[in-house]
Amino acid sequence: MSRRPDTDPVIELRGVEKHYTMGEFTVKALQKVNLKIYPGDYISILGPSGGGKSTMLNILGCLDQPTIGEYFLSGSDVSQLSDNDLSKVRGKELGFIFQSYNLIQQLTVVENIEVPLYYQGVSEKESREIAVELATKVGLGTRLDHRPNELSGGQQQRVAIARALSCDPAVILADEATGNLDSKSGSDILRIFDELNAEGKTLIMITHDEAMAERTPRVIRLKDGEVAFDTYDQPD
Amino acid sequence: MKVIDIINGASLFRLKRAVILGVKSLWMHKLRSMLTAMGIVFGVCSVIAMLAIGEGASYEAQQQIKDLGSQNVILESVKPTNNTTAGEQERSLILEYGLTYHDILQMQATVPGVEVTVPSREVKDFLWNRTNSVDGVVLGTVSWYPKMKNRDVLRGRFFTELEMASSAPVCVLTQSLARQLFPLDEPVGLTVRMRTSYFRVIGVIEDDPAVAAAAEGMEGTSQSSGEGMEMMVPMSTLKDHFGDVLFKYRSGSFEAVKVELHEVTVRIEDPDQVKPAAQAIQHILERNHKDVDYKMTVPLDLLQRAERTKQIFNIVLGSIAAISLLVGGIGIMNIMLATVTERTREIGIRRALGAKKKDIVTQFLIETVMLSGAGGLLGVALGIAIPVIITHFAGMKTVIEFWAPAMAFSISVMTGVLFGIYPAFRAADMNPVEALRHE
Repeated sequence: MSRRPDTDPVIELRGVEKHYTMGEFTVKALQKVNLKIYPGDYISILGPSGGGKSTMLNILGCLDQPTIGEYFLSGSDVSQLSDNDLSKVRGKELGFIFQSYNLIQQLTVVENIEVPLYYQGVSEKESREIAVELATKVGLGTRLDHRPNELSGGQQQRVAIARALSCDPAVILADEATGNLDSKSGSDILRIFDELNAEGKTLIMITHDEAMAERTPRVIRLKDGEVAFDTYDQPD
Repeated sequence: MKVIDIINGASLFRLKRAVILGVKSLWMHKLRSMLTAMGIVFGVCSVIAMLAIGEGASYEAQQQIKDLGSQNVILESVKPTNNTTAGEQERSLILEYGLTYHDILQMQATVPGVEVTVPSREVKDFLWNRTNSVDGVVLGTVSWYPKMKNRDVLRGRFFTELEMASSAPVCVLTQSLARQLFPLDEPVGLTVRMRTSYFRVIGVIEDDPAVAAAAEGMEGTSQSSGEGMEMMVPMSTLKDHFGDVLFKYRSGSFEAVKVELHEVTVRIEDPDQVKPAAQAIQHILERNHKDVDYKMTVPLDLLQRAERTKQIFNIVLGSIAAISLLVGGIGIMNIMLATVTERTREIGIRRALGAKKKDIVTQFLIETVMLSGAGGLLGVALGIAIPVIITHFAGMKTVIEFWAPAMAFSISVMTGVLFGIYPAFRAADMNPVEALRHE
């Protein structure tokens, strides 16, 4: 079993709750979540549908803010940030990989990889260099000027990975990243994740696929909006 | 989020990228973008074209009025139409009507601000250079005629006051008369005969601008008519040679007419006094002439009326322009709202990847401005082409004022901004979570 590292966490959730009001009812999508994620962690967040996975992703991804509780990302509290600052944090500290790739259709491979760099204000020349380098790294060096609709699903997901890496984020969030792929493309993508983690990247995978649990050193299980299992909390 | 933030957010480099992105997004739906821009194209194009045509029409009218002189009051003798009083009179062989020296003296004495009066009197008959003849007019006038009428003496000189006093037999020909009468010679120094009198040519004066403009309109046919075929001699010379009563033997009938003055141009010193002075003159003439045998023209009045007409025209035009651009703007807004809905997911992705609200606003505003701007440019091009085509094929005068295309274009861009703001803010205000989930 893996042990909790001694370093400062890159993400820390303290007593985070997320409530949704639906008419007269209040649904608690997340309850009393306390979580520490350390640099270099490779995590699967698993759980049944309705267990709070999506809400967790939205909170971790700074797309949504907790109703109660604090969220520290790279040492600073982001639970009370303005929309503007939150956008900045998303672009700089987080990389997203979605189930349906979510590439922008009118842009080419390189241009898609450049999008986060553009919002960070990186110069045109520099962002082009970074984008080409990352595209080559994920094996798409020969397809720089292709449009997403000219690529296979696996290739599109690799573009999305390159895009998530472009700003060198503290944490990469993958939401069912292999869900739309055949098993071969899926295992290719997972191999890339393994390599990234070996390079020291922090990866959080949100999935309902139990097979993933065996792949990642740390597993977090959510049930009814609560953390039901965390590898780090288990006795050796 | 303030507008200034949006501008600050769009540094030059980002602006360039945003423009490229905008082009790509618009290019994805070529037909839709083109049709949307069409609304603006026709709005802008019709404004410029209509303005050019209207401006051309009123320009010609105003030019003719200005040539008459805005400080002048022009009086002409007119043959009275219904001769009720003449019937009661003893039947005379001589028809007597028109303006008199008495009128002029009275005006000078009683109307304040009357500066100069230019009387003139005309005798119509054939003018001869040896065997070459032209049906023309001898105009008896004064030495300050060219200055008052804004007509340049092209060659030689005009006659002087001394020549007026001495009734010298000298004459000045209009340009077209000189060309007809002396097709091969330099007229200055030669002589022109009328009836039994000879006059030495001392100068050539330019044609009456109004007549010249009319002649230009129907090229070739104008030269045969007597219009503009004027020979100017001192007033006193005319009286000495042809007397007070003019006889006409034309077309078989005999007519004797006594007209002291055919035309009087009164110049008013102060432009502000033109209207009251014109009223005073009207009073004098009404008292002196029981029959209305004169016509009074106040160019300033005409000019003001023409300007008022143009103003009304411009207001009508402005409303049409506003309506057409409004329609175009609504078209743009409609399409942009559809685009925003259609691209909800893209907006979500961009927000997840670090785009701020103002980045989204900028992106969509740039798209609308490019749509309307491109439409505006195309409209300006068409709007300039249409008057040129009209002038070329229909011969109508059109004037494209430099500010018209500039104004129309900037209004089209402003329309884009105005009608783009709502869709852009709607895009920016979307919840990123929901936008990402949008199918």
